[in-house]
Amino acid sequence: MRTQKFGTLGSASTAALLLALAPAAHAQGAVPDRFRWLTFLVFGVIIAITMYVTYRAAKRVKTTQQFYAAGRSVSGIQNGWAIAGDYLSAASFLGIAGLISLYGYDGFMYSVGWLVAYITVLLVIAEPCRNIGKYTLGDILAFRNEPKKVKTVAAISTIVVSIFYLTAQMVGGGVLVKTLIGIDYEVSVIAVGIIMLMYVVFGGMVATTWVQIIKAVLLVAASILLVMFTWAPYGFSLPAFLTAVVGDEKVQLQVAKLLGDAASNMNAEQLGQRFLEPGLFLKAPIDQISLGMALVLGTAGMPHILMRFFTVPTAKDARTSVNWAMAIIGGFYVLTLFLGMGSAINVGSAKIASIDAGGNMAGPLLAQFIGGGEESMLGNLFLAFVAAVAFATIVAVVAGLVLASASAMSHDIWVGVVKGEHATQQEEVRAARICSVIVGAIAIAIGILAKGQNVAHLVALAFAVAASSNLPAVLLTLYWKPCNTGGIILGMIVGAFTAIGLVLVSPNMTYPLLVKEAAQKVIAAAPAKMEKLQAKLAAATDAKQQEHVKLDIAGAEKALKKAEGDMKKFENETTSIVGLERPLIQLKNPGIFSIPLGFICVIIGSLLYRDKRSQEMWDELYVRQNTGIGREGAVAH
Amino acid sequence: MSPVAINWKAIDNDARFQQLHSRKTRFLWGLMVFSIIYYFLLPIGAAYFTDLFKIKVWGPVNVGILFALSEFVVAWLIAYYYTQRANREFDSMADQLMNDVARFGGKK
Repeated sequence: MRTQKFGTLGSASTAALLLALAPAAHAQGAVPDRFRWLTFLVFGVIIAITMYVTYRAAKRVKTTQQFYAAGRSVSGIQNGWAIAGDYLSAASFLGIAGLISLYGYDGFMYSVGWLVAYITVLLVIAEPCRNIGKYTLGDILAFRNEPKKVKTVAAISTIVVSIFYLTAQMVGGGVLVKTLIGIDYEVSVIAVGIIMLMYVVFGGMVATTWVQIIKAVLLVAASILLVMFTWAPYGFSLPAFLTAVVGDEKVQLQVAKLLGDAASNMNAEQLGQRFLEPGLFLKAPIDQISLGMALVLGTAGMPHILMRFFTVPTAKDARTSVNWAMAIIGGFYVLTLFLGMGSAINVGSAKIASIDAGGNMAGPLLAQFIGGGEESMLGNLFLAFVAAVAFATIVAVVAGLVLASASAMSHDIWVGVVKGEHATQQEEVRAARICSVIVGAIAIAIGILAKGQNVAHLVALAFAVAASSNLPAVLLTLYWKPCNTGGIILGMIVGAFTAIGLVLVSPNMTYPLLVKEAAQKVIAAAPAKMEKLQAKLAAATDAKQQEHVKLDIAGAEKALKKAEGDMKKFENETTSIVGLERPLIQLKNPGIFSIPLGFICVIIGSLLYRDKRSQEMWDELYVRQNTGIGREGAVAH
Repeated sequence: MSPVAINWKAIDNDARFQQLHSRKTRFLWGLMVFSIIYYFLLPIGAAYFTDLFKIKVWGPVNVGILFALSEFVVAWLIAYYYTQRANREFDSMADQLMNDVARFGGKK
């Protein structure tokens, strides 16, 4: 009955989706209108394959262990690919390549922390969590603490972290799909939401795992293909490739633009070389270190990543899966060095930034260039493929996040707290499905409501909260005997609130007065700037130079339009959401304060609180997490 | 395996478990501290030792790029080293204890 329902609902919503996508949208995306069918075709094939997988999975998913943990029958290698698919969001796929294409070295440096994070996961988190855990973060914390209390706090933290991350994904994804193929923002948010919900609701963790594996394979394949074509002309030599980067006129111009007056006494070669040196983008070292702390400690506290370790049968498989994940994720970031630099020399930063100021189009435009350019069939096929992979990326990441928050709602709150652990398998699976729909609906609603908001910093905030709240609790309950319920609750609450509070008064928020000041400056400077560019255009001798100046003019016009828009948007506003005219602190990443505070509060709370069970259970927890004795086994058929 | 009636205290006090625990703890936290220090050398170096990062060593390839690439290699080596040691040593020590669970008696 379940499968039949899935069949009808599945085809109905897929049809509705295609209908929604079919009419020509008004907006123009990076993919030319006459080639949009290619993107839909490629994406349609991806959806068809993943829906078939979901259909197969739906038949199997009847128990809680199947729904939350894929029956603990995922192999280490499969789980490694799924972790990579869960982790490599559109922000890393398109965003980091974009940063490298615009700012060179700093973009590459930024990517390192995302891999190093997995060392913490591998060494101190993955195996113990597999040995003592069941389905959720709450289960790990409830092992030796008062289950109802810690499960409540853990579930709230899981939902908060996931919603932050989810919002960034939904809004970022909506904008991205619009920029790529020109589909309306709302339509793409709803499409992502519905497709993702079909995977999660019908196929649970089984389908989510496969969707993540498929997406990771596609992402890696697309990247390798692009890098092969980009790097081959230089005989796969790193110095030869970077020599071309240094000698490229577009790169030199971009560096000159970024440095402003400081560039006036540098020659062309120095400018090019500067692209390979730090300092063009990341200018506040303390913020960098703070973000690094949030990444290195936060990844291990991300509920949707933790959850992946409950899907393998043993601690050894958990170990294998982190190894694979590190190979895939690290290899991918090394490839982005070539994608970003390749895009900088082949497409040029002026063109990349003219379509999207954050550089997100660096990868897709490189794909188009490699296939033969804007007018060619192959070029647009490549672009269509990369656009479809980006869409699949968003869907797969969102599915993992929704599953994690739905599990916290159904398993921790509804079964653990409300029903006092008394629910049948059937009841719990039904509850989990209902919770998935609720979280999915919230994600779609937030996605639409947050249209046009600057949400990029929410990813860093999600990591900061996970590092300040979840990680201290998990780490200390696993490794520190005096840790108890009091410490977990105090540490998680203070850690999370500090991280969120510091961001609320930081420069990440929108300050209407400052925005208007900046906009006024742009508007005031615009006539002179335009005049200068027009003069430059008139003086330009060859077509290449003219092309470049024209792109600069287009960029300047866009900036002016945005400034005028900002003036209008914030006409009657003077303060940020929390009522501040100016940020109270200059730090954008709260980790450097909130993470140590989270740890200190777990320690203080534990020392002040008395909890006999926490102490009595220590021997059992410690033996179990180190040996795997008595672990939750694989599904018994 | 029956989940009840395992004498956890006895296992905890067993010399083999103590040995597993102390070896693992020293090894893991040592690696952890090393990798955290090595990682933070990158942003610190990029911010405060810019001149060092700018030295060209291989065509246009400078110290900064090599150091950033070395972060990837070091992360992979740490993972490989840990996995080798865990597969070879820690797993078999844990398996021995697991096989002996019954002998630790049924008092919980």
